[in-house]
Amino acid sequence: MITDKRKSKSDLTLIGTPMRKIEGLDKSTGRAVYTDDIVLPGMLHGKILRSPYPHARIVSIDVSEAKKLEGVHAVITGEDIPTKYGIIPWTADEYPLCTNRVRYIGDGVAAVAAVDEDRAIRALELIQVEYGELPAFLDPYEALAADGSTPYVHEPRKEGGNGNVTKQVQLEFGEVDELMAGSDVIVEGQYFFEGSTHTPIEPHCAIGLWDGVGKLTVWSATQVPHYLHRELARVLELDPARVRVLQPLVGGAFGGKSEPFDLEFCVAKLSMLAARPVKILYTREEVFYAHRGRHPFHMKYQMGSTKEGKLTSVNAEILLDGGAYASFGLVTTYYAGQLLCAPYSMPAYRFDSTRLYTNKPACGPKRGHGSVQPRFAFEIQIDKLSEKVGLDPFEFRRRNFIGSNTRTVNEMRVTSNGFLECLQSVERASRWRRKFRRLPFGRGVGVAGSTYISGTNYPIYPNEMPQSGVQMQVDRSGRVSVFSGASEIGQGCDSMVAYIAAEELGVPLEYVRVLRGDTDFTPVDLGAYSSRVTFMLGNAAIDAATKLREMVQKAVAGEWEVEVSEVLLAGGMAMWAPDTERQMPIREAFNLAESAFGTLGATGWYNTPKDIHGEYRGGTIGASPAYSFTAHVAEVEVDVETGVVEVEKIWIAHDCGRALNPVLVEGQMEGSAYMGFGEALMEEQIFKSAEQGRAGLHNAPSLLDYRIPTSLDTPELESLIVESIDPEGPYGAKEAGEGPLPPSIPAIANAIYDAIGVRVDRLPFSPPNMWRAIEEAREAGTLGTPPVPDGPQVTTGKPQTKTASSRS
Amino acid sequence: MSLSDTVAAARLGGHLFVMPAATQIVRLNVNGDLKEIGVPMHFTLLEALRYELGLTGSKQGCDKGDCGACTVILDGRPTLSCITPVCEAEGHSVMTVEGLADTDGPHPLQDAFDLHGAAQCGFCTPGILCSAAALLEHTISPSRKEIKEALAGNLCRCTGYSKIYDAVMSAAQRLQVEAHLDGSSE
Repeated sequence: MITDKRKSKSDLTLIGTPMRKIEGLDKSTGRAVYTDDIVLPGMLHGKILRSPYPHARIVSIDVSEAKKLEGVHAVITGEDIPTKYGIIPWTADEYPLCTNRVRYIGDGVAAVAAVDEDRAIRALELIQVEYGELPAFLDPYEALAADGSTPYVHEPRKEGGNGNVTKQVQLEFGEVDELMAGSDVIVEGQYFFEGSTHTPIEPHCAIGLWDGVGKLTVWSATQVPHYLHRELARVLELDPARVRVLQPLVGGAFGGKSEPFDLEFCVAKLSMLAARPVKILYTREEVFYAHRGRHPFHMKYQMGSTKEGKLTSVNAEILLDGGAYASFGLVTTYYAGQLLCAPYSMPAYRFDSTRLYTNKPACGPKRGHGSVQPRFAFEIQIDKLSEKVGLDPFEFRRRNFIGSNTRTVNEMRVTSNGFLECLQSVERASRWRRKFRRLPFGRGVGVAGSTYISGTNYPIYPNEMPQSGVQMQVDRSGRVSVFSGASEIGQGCDSMVAYIAAEELGVPLEYVRVLRGDTDFTPVDLGAYSSRVTFMLGNAAIDAATKLREMVQKAVAGEWEVEVSEVLLAGGMAMWAPDTERQMPIREAFNLAESAFGTLGATGWYNTPKDIHGEYRGGTIGASPAYSFTAHVAEVEVDVETGVVEVEKIWIAHDCGRALNPVLVEGQMEGSAYMGFGEALMEEQIFKSAEQGRAGLHNAPSLLDYRIPTSLDTPELESLIVESIDPEGPYGAKEAGEGPLPPSIPAIANAIYDAIGVRVDRLPFSPPNMWRAIEEAREAGTLGTPPVPDGPQVTTGKPQTKTASSRS
Repeated sequence: MSLSDTVAAARLGGHLFVMPAATQIVRLNVNGDLKEIGVPMHFTLLEALRYELGLTGSKQGCDKGDCGACTVILDGRPTLSCITPVCEAEGHSVMTVEGLADTDGPHPLQDAFDLHGAAQCGFCTPGILCSAAALLEHTISPSRKEIKEALAGNLCRCTGYSKIYDAVMSAAQRLQVEAHLDGSSE
């Protein structure tokens, strides 16, 4: 479909070098525009009234007093938008505003638009809602055991079924029980991963503008403008051709803005009724309740190995605490098992994964979606197995390396794979061999590995259209304009298409404009989720730029009467390869091409392979055109008197295929490791029980009490980029945005074990949790530095690709 | 009635809070410009900057002093504008991210943040720049530890802070070179 994407480094001029972001200076001067920075003439402010009960019937709502308040222009309730929505088409289960039942504290029941925020808040106070309280399900085990004697969180889909079950997945590959029984060693463990949330610094914000005759415009801090476009049209019963979604720059997302939210439907409906633009900005508290973050996972793992250290069989049981709505939960339930089958080869694997509805804010996708929790358990299990067979944990991992150009046990196709190089990089940089089991009591090192998808082969709604498209044009000034529908959430995708345009068309980066964030004039890109953007948008951009480059080369070749392949475009010039003294400014080259071919523009697109997946139900979930690989080493110090864990440093090696801009790749690696560190030590998205005062109330919905790492908390981070040059990625690139997160958590857990001999199996490793684990170990007499492994220490890995490193 | 009269009246009346009644005239010195604005008395400095003066560079991340995205420089000190009543800024000099650049171009910090990839989503960036600029006003040779401490009130969710330290350090080095050149030319 696309010409050779794996150009050698010598053929590339910009790609692979450190470059600025195209909007970097806008961001550092305050000029960058985010949704809440936009003020429209006559704009009203909206507010949403939220349920104070975790589970209740709505008996009645009286909005008459609110409507009478001066300055109030519109009031809506669930009856005004009575259509369910949901990001996964098969599990649409929420209304923009609740119609007859609320399912968590914070569920929206009514919304108002008024002249200012104060007036809108006053109007909410005048709305009378009568609730009929229902027993709430807060614990997933209780939700699972429910017998229907009290109402389920949702109605059962089949009569007699448990309406609290969102999804159950049971998959088995290979002879799990036989191989387990024949294993030389077996380790079992139970793990609990506490939920966490994204906390982008920008709260969700949306503005609706109805033109009075059929066209709706919505600005939103979303990372999925295309899906928002579809859902707005469907739920509000509008012609999709007359719905426009604008996406200003997004102030962080991490998965927390990857589906439609109540405020987007509310600003639209309120604007339609008030005939004025309406803005809603979530308070920070509302962001915590909107959530869609990491699911709490209750996990049981049984894993076997031969005495030589080869994995034999893996058996997993997982319960997901999903919260009140499905969100991406169907996918999460699969990902909980499906994304574990690399970078290690496992002959047999079974997982049983069940997601429960509970009366708490809905969980969804957070960076590393669905794979971070099982990876935490799995990599600790690997550490335990290494110890049992007497191998260094690096050696154990190498012995089980799945390799490149292979299939996983669940039939995922793995192509490029730089995991051995990742292991080698962190092993060397951390001086592992001098430290492992050799540091004084209280200090330790731990290692963990992981894999992640570079997008999914199958889009969220079934279709055969491209996953990503761009349109590109060049003009007589030498400028290149790129129309991109991709979602810039800080990761740098606008810059990425600009780098590709500049590389292929030979113009300086300053000549490239990226026109973005508007469904009216950009081709569809499905959104910033599942680490798909560089891979898919990058390939689309190469496709478009190549078409334009070939026209320019042809025109110049005609002018010079030389071979087309001899015309180079680079550094703002067109040059003749045999004698680069023969050249012309790129502007003249573009003018020649326009004279020859007419107005110059091209579209480019990328679609995923649709024939590469497992032949079983669910076999398409987790199928990706390429997988990234990561290894971390963490070094910790544990105070056994206080339970305080200090992470001193995390070494991060990540196989991103090719680093198109190493500065941005390192930024993703460091940001991922930081986020994993925060989940490991500090973060807890938890809700009170009835005994704690009020069932279902968020424990700490503020950035003071929900503790995310500050500059003083964050460990030193060292990024080690590994390049495996993927056969299908743009110039060989794969993802870097999510894959570098998961190993930091088990690496820290394994380092804690190395430091004090205590296995930690529940998150976070906060002083209270640590102290309990330490006291148990003290009583059992197991506190102390574990022994040095006594098994064979043979290194089998033979890294082949290059490793670039940088210290930060 | 002037602003201070209203406050005094409210206190005399035994009220703990000034009620958001009539609009008050507040005189602000922002980025060197003298501005007179009419705002409700309960407005914060952040609201005045964003909604009255159109200076949307300063961001609202939490609206309660937890995240630092609203940080501005008040008389040389980094200050959380979202919990600063606008009347308290009267008579003081306010510098926002929009005021850091001058006619010579971007502030060395702004250039360094761009160069080092220190701004990913960019939403915390204006506040971090103000904290860092206040630090560099105090010293142009900060240690990494001093930088960490100066930024401890500014949450960044994207970067893991490493690239931010690199950027502040590199801006400081540029300021040191400029100071040295200025010194040797005298």
